[in-house]
This record gives sequence, C-alpha cells and structure tokens, in this order.
Amino acid sequence: MADAAIHGHEHEDNRGFFTRWFMSTNHKDIGILYLVVSALVGFISVAFTVYMRLELMEPGVQYMCMEGMRFTAAAIADCTPNGHLWNVLITGHGILMMFFVVIPALFGGFGNYFMPLQIGAPDMAFPRMNNLSFWMYVAGTTLAVCSVLSPGGNGQLGSGVGWVLYPPLSVNEAGMSMDLAIFAVHVSGASSILGAINMITTFLNMRAPGMTLFKVPLFSWSIFVTSWLILLSLPVLAGAITMLLTDRNFGTTFFDPAGGGDPILYQHILWFFGHPEVYIVILPGFGIISHVIATFARKPIFGYLPMVWALIAIGALGFVVWAHHMYTVGMSLTQQSYFMLATMVIAVPTGVKIFSWIATMWGGSIEFKTPMLWAFGFLFLFTVGGVTGIVLSQAGIDRAYHDTYYVVAHFHYVMSLGAVFAIFAGIYFYFPKMTGRMYNETMGKIHFWAMFVGANLTFFPQHFLGRQGMPRRYIDYPEAFATWNYVSSWGAFISFASFLFFFYVVFHALTRGARVTQNNPWNEYADTLEWTLPSPPPEHTFEQLPKQEDWDKGHAH
Amino acid sequence: MAHAKNHDYHILNPSIWPLLGAVFGFAMLFGAVAWMSGEMTILFEAITLSGPWLFLIGFVGVLYVMFGWWSETVVENKVGDHTPVVLIGLRYGFILFIMSEVMFFFAWFWSFFKHAMYPMDPAGNSPAVDGVWPPAGIETFDPWHLPLINTLILLCSGAAATWAHHALVHEDNRRDVKNGLIIAILLGMIFTVFQAYEYSHAAFGFSGNIYGANFFMATGFHGFHVVVGTIFLFICLMRVLRGHFTADNHLGFEAAAWYWHFVDVVWLFLFCAVYIWGG
Repeated sequence: MADAAIHGHEHEDNRGFFTRWFMSTNHKDIGILYLVVSALVGFISVAFTVYMRLELMEPGVQYMCMEGMRFTAAAIADCTPNGHLWNVLITGHGILMMFFVVIPALFGGFGNYFMPLQIGAPDMAFPRMNNLSFWMYVAGTTLAVCSVLSPGGNGQLGSGVGWVLYPPLSVNEAGMSMDLAIFAVHVSGASSILGAINMITTFLNMRAPGMTLFKVPLFSWSIFVTSWLILLSLPVLAGAITMLLTDRNFGTTFFDPAGGGDPILYQHILWFFGHPEVYIVILPGFGIISHVIATFARKPIFGYLPMVWALIAIGALGFVVWAHHMYTVGMSLTQQSYFMLATMVIAVPTGVKIFSWIATMWGGSIEFKTPMLWAFGFLFLFTVGGVTGIVLSQAGIDRAYHDTYYVVAHFHYVMSLGAVFAIFAGIYFYFPKMTGRMYNETMGKIHFWAMFVGANLTFFPQHFLGRQGMPRRYIDYPEAFATWNYVSSWGAFISFASFLFFFYVVFHALTRGARVTQNNPWNEYADTLEWTLPSPPPEHTFEQLPKQEDWDKGHAH
Repeated sequence: MAHAKNHDYHILNPSIWPLLGAVFGFAMLFGAVAWMSGEMTILFEAITLSGPWLFLIGFVGVLYVMFGWWSETVVENKVGDHTPVVLIGLRYGFILFIMSEVMFFFAWFWSFFKHAMYPMDPAGNSPAVDGVWPPAGIETFDPWHLPLINTLILLCSGAAATWAHHALVHEDNRRDVKNGLIIAILLGMIFTVFQAYEYSHAAFGFSGNIYGANFFMATGFHGFHVVVGTIFLFICLMRVLRGHFTADNHLGFEAAAWYWHFVDVVWLFLFCAVYIWGG
C-alpha cells in the first residue's frame, strides 16, 4: 500500500509513517486504519466467544473456575463456577461487537474509503474531523478494554451486566469497570456522530457534477441512510447512559423506584437507540452486497429506485419499533399490538431488497468468485435471520422465546452471519482496489466455506436449544441440552479457525498476491467511480472532478 | 495531469490535533472515573492515579486542542480555503451537529415526560412518590417569578444576537454588531448567574428523588449549553473586534447565532414543560 506512487503516477508520496497514519486527513488512509483496528478488536471479541463456547461444550463448568481460568477441562469437583467471568465475557463480546467492530468496519472503514470515491469527491467534507472520529474510536476501544480489566462487581475484574447495561444491575455493579464501559460507549458514540455528520455533509455537498441524488450508487446511499440513523439515535443513548452514570455515582434516581424512578424507562430509551442500531449495523452491508451481486451476475442492479426507497423505509421504520425488544416488561396490549404490527411492516422493504437481489441474478451470468460466495451466503443467512425475526415479532410467541437461545440464534444470523458476511464480501471485493494485490481465489473460497459451515453449525442448533427452552446468558445448563451445545461449540471452533485463516489469507495476499495492474479487475458491471481509479488509488483522487460519462452508464432504473 | 487541485473543495494537510484531542479526552474520562471511584491504582497496583489531577490535565488538554484546532480553522478561513462550496458544507455540518444535540435533549425530556405523565405509584413499589406529579413533598419553583424573568432575558439575548447578525449582513454596521453581541453575551451571563441563584434556593435535592434528578439534569445540561453558547458568542465578539467577518463570510458568527437560538428553543420547552406544566 505504501507504494501508491509507482502505479503510473509521477506524484511522490512524501509523508512519513507517523504523518501518514497518525495525523491523517486522508479518507482512504483513515478507512484502512478503521478496517485494521476493527479487525484486531474483532479478534479479541471473537476470542471471548470461543472461550465461552468451550465452556458450554459440555454440561457442568470446567473452564471458568473461581480457582482460575483454565484452557484444559478441569474435573467438576475441582472447579467452582465463576459466573462473574462468564457475565463479563458476554458483556465484553456484545459491547465490542456492537460498538467497536461492526460499525467501525462497515461505516468507518468501507464508508470512509468508498463513499467519497463512489460519488467522485476528492475527500470527505471534514477530513480532519474524520481523523478525530477514528482516534476517538481508538480511545473508546481502549476504555472498553480497560473496563474488562479493571475492578468490577463481585470483587472481581470487569462488569457482567450484558451489553444493554440494564439497571438495576448496571447501577448496582460495584467498581469502576462499569463507569469505564459507560464512558467507552459515550466516546464511541461521539465518534460515530461526528462520522455521521461528516458522511451526510459529504454526500449532500460533494457529489460529482451531474450526480443527482437518485444516481448515487447504492453503497453510498446506504451510508447516507445509516448516517441519519446514527445522528438521530446515538445522542439519545448518550442521554440514557449519562442517567446511568449519575444514578451510579451521584445518587440520582432515574431508574430507581425507591426514589420515584423507573428501570423500564431505561429499556425504552436504550432500545429507541438500540433498534436503529441494528439497522446501522446492517444497512452498509446491504450496500456492499448490492454492488457485489450486480458485478458477479453481470447485470445492473434490479430496481435501483425501490432499492433506495427500501433503504430509506427501513431506516425510518427502525425508529418506531423499539419496544418489540421488551414485550415481556408489562406493556399494555395496545402497545404490544402496535409494536408487533410496525415490526412486521419492516419485512416489506426488506423483502423488496432481497427479491431485488435475486432478480438481479435472474438471467445473469453468475461468476462464483469469492466476494460473490460471501454475498450468496449473506443472502441465504440474512433471510433465515429475517424470517426468525418475523417469528419473534409476534408478542405472543415471544413469551415463549424471550431470552432464550432462539433470540441468540436470530440476532447472530442477521449480524454475525449477515453483517459479518457482508464485511467479508466487501473485503474480498475491494481488496485488489485497496491494496493493489489480488487475494488467492482458492484460499478465499476455503475461508468462505469454513466460515459458512462453522457459523451455521454454531447458530442453527441454537434455534433448537431455544425452542427447547434453554435460556441465554447462563454459564451452565442441564444434560438435556448437551447434544446441540456440543455441535454448536464445534461450529464455533471451525469459525474461529476460519477467522485465523482469514488473517493468513490477507498476509499471503499482501506479500505474495499477484499485482493488480488494471483499474478494474472484475468486469464492466463494477461500474462505479472507484473502479476508474488505479489500484491502489493515489494519495489524492479526483483532483480533476470526474465527468458524467465516467460514471453515468444510463442503466434503466 | 499535474497534481494541482482543480476543484473548490478543501483538502487539508495532516494534523496532529485529532490524535491529541483523543489522547486528552481519554485522560479526562479516565481521570473522571478514577475521581468518582475514589482511588485508582493501575499496572498491578504499581501506580496510584490521582483522579482529579488526571481529569484536570485531560480537560485542559481538550480545551487546548479546541483552541488550537479552531484557531487553525479561522486562519484557513482567512487565507481563502473556505470557498462557497466549503462554506455550504460547514453550514450543513453545524446544522447536523445541532440536530444531534436536539436528540440528546430528547432523552432528558423523555425521562421528564414519562415520570410526569406516568408517575410511579405504590403498586409500582415506589414509596417516594404517590402516583402524582410533582411527587408528594416536592416544592417546585413558581414559574412566574425568576424562571419567567430568565425566559425574557434569554429571549432578549437571542434578539440582540439577531440584531448583531442583521447589522453584519444587511447594514455593514460594525458598531451595532459589537453592541448587539455585547448585550447578547451579558444577558447570557446574567441568565447563568440567575440559574445558579435559583439552584441554590431549590427546595429539593439532586439525589434521592426523581423530580430533582430530572430537573437538575435537564436544566443543568441546558445551562451548560448556555455557557458554551456564551463563550461561542464571546469568541465572535473578539473576532468582530479584529475585523474577521464580512457580510458574505461570517460562518463562525452564523454558527454561534444558530447555536444560541437552539439554546433558546430548548429553554422554551423546559420553561413550558418542566416549570409551568410539570411544576
């Protein structure tokens, strides 16, 4: 990557290492930084889950002992279960994945790198603030990791309250760990809000001449809609966790009934943010998938306009369905009916997207390159997750499924298998563009199949466990649940192995991968502006703004 | 193609401010946590941190970064980096920032309206209030005394800022700009003093009851925004004295005025909802 200058560009890159990577005002470099850091944080977060699946592999507690953490199974008699450690790990996994891995990778990484390129902008609207977003993300990550390692509840390290930080648990959790976690979320939230302001302004103000709103590529649209969700929902979360902070440290009673407060209020405010949050996680993925499918089906995307409106509709509806996360807290029947209905309505725009992707492939000449495999995986798995989402949206059925492994399976199908598959699709799709090297196709396919099998093996059996009534968030379970937990754990190990292999694939591609000499290594259906640039693009792109014929291919919408 | 820029957008040089800002921000928050939790030792209890000092260092650092960063922005404006299209972008950015601020207050109003409309009752295991709002035993402020005066003060301050804005854009009258700003700033400061006076005479506490929590956090965050807005206007005044603003290039002033009006509007909602309706 450091050799951007050799690709037919006389322009010499004179920036030193520190200047380039620590003082950057360059959207492409900041995008790379986001991707690298989120991969590292993702590794920490995934390592947590592997340890948890190890513990859940057999009934009884064999690894997370009060006597100390183990990596080989202890005899049950020698092990006093350490539930706090378990709780810390699920909390850390959730917080890291939600705030510090998926949003930074999709929104910060791909959004930063490709949204300005797709709309033909020379950089972001506020390049310096862009870097502030990145460094605040790093500061937030550091606070989150500090939280796991500092004194918390039960006289141990870390907080075990779950990523949603529900009071009264989060208010009563001892130690400074919880406060660090709260500030970590504040900082990452501020980082995302600044990022959203930047993206919206860039999108509105810096599109190439002639690029009207409904000619903007779908990925850029998805980033634009995501930005609005971030801008309008994260400040509300900031308010809620500030209330937590004052309840914890200054004796206010926002969520304490003894002082007239209401713990349910927290759940409402949290999910008012939390539901848009899940769309913040998935919408940029939708954008990437649209480009990948159009490219490898060799057809322009089917129904561009409905695709855009579906993004907007999903974003808007995301703000009015939050209480479906809390059917069991004692809401009135009317409220439950409303939230049920509103939730099911979201299936309509989502269906528009799924069927448009399928229609794009219909009659196309499909080429199963690695990115396309990930996109296929995404389509199938996201649909499974979406369908279980419709099941869970029924308030009545939710009575049985609430807080069971069915829910765990559902949201991992949409996020771990939806958003993460979209991230991998994006990485393979854009790898040659970002680095100027081609990944090894066979290795990419092995990575995909290992992850596909592993992830399905992990999460599909969890539907069965949930239906059998296994509750989530427990370190142990009765014998009756043993079989599917065993299978699920093996799935997790396979997924983890595939993740490790992914790092090797990247290393291999960076050191031995074939040089990419053409601007567009795919085909003419990768027709957005980033494919008109050298691979990797020079330090400054579009110093001469692109002309309309560079990007306006005039596909019928 | 020589690598000259052929567009009107603003391409910035590398800058150390973002990294510094994040480092100081981290120190500030880490210090705040250490401060709140009494004492903190790190690195296997080898080092004991002084929370207040760490917080202070971080806080001063953040202020330093803000000053340095925005000074640079002002210089960039002066040397002509802020072309019309960049100015449009900066305006978008600031409006979006205010929108996110509105959503921040949304959370506090949510808490207020929830508790005022559906107060907890004994069946909800809440002995502190009795299904009524304001909670039994809470003596609230009379909205028609100091709060009303404060409302008028803040509205007058907003009017003065608008007067200054008008004088800048339509009349090119620097004396009026100056006077308008001075009045706006003074009124803003008086508002803050009055608010502090009111706080010191509150018949209810911050902790232990939901009324105090809602009241102080909502009006307190508003008060914080008043202080920030006052400083913002003060910076504008300094810049007016140095002749920075012209009728078509006065983005800092415009942003300060917008921010000030946003603070006004939040106060009107607070006054109507918290003081009058919920009092």
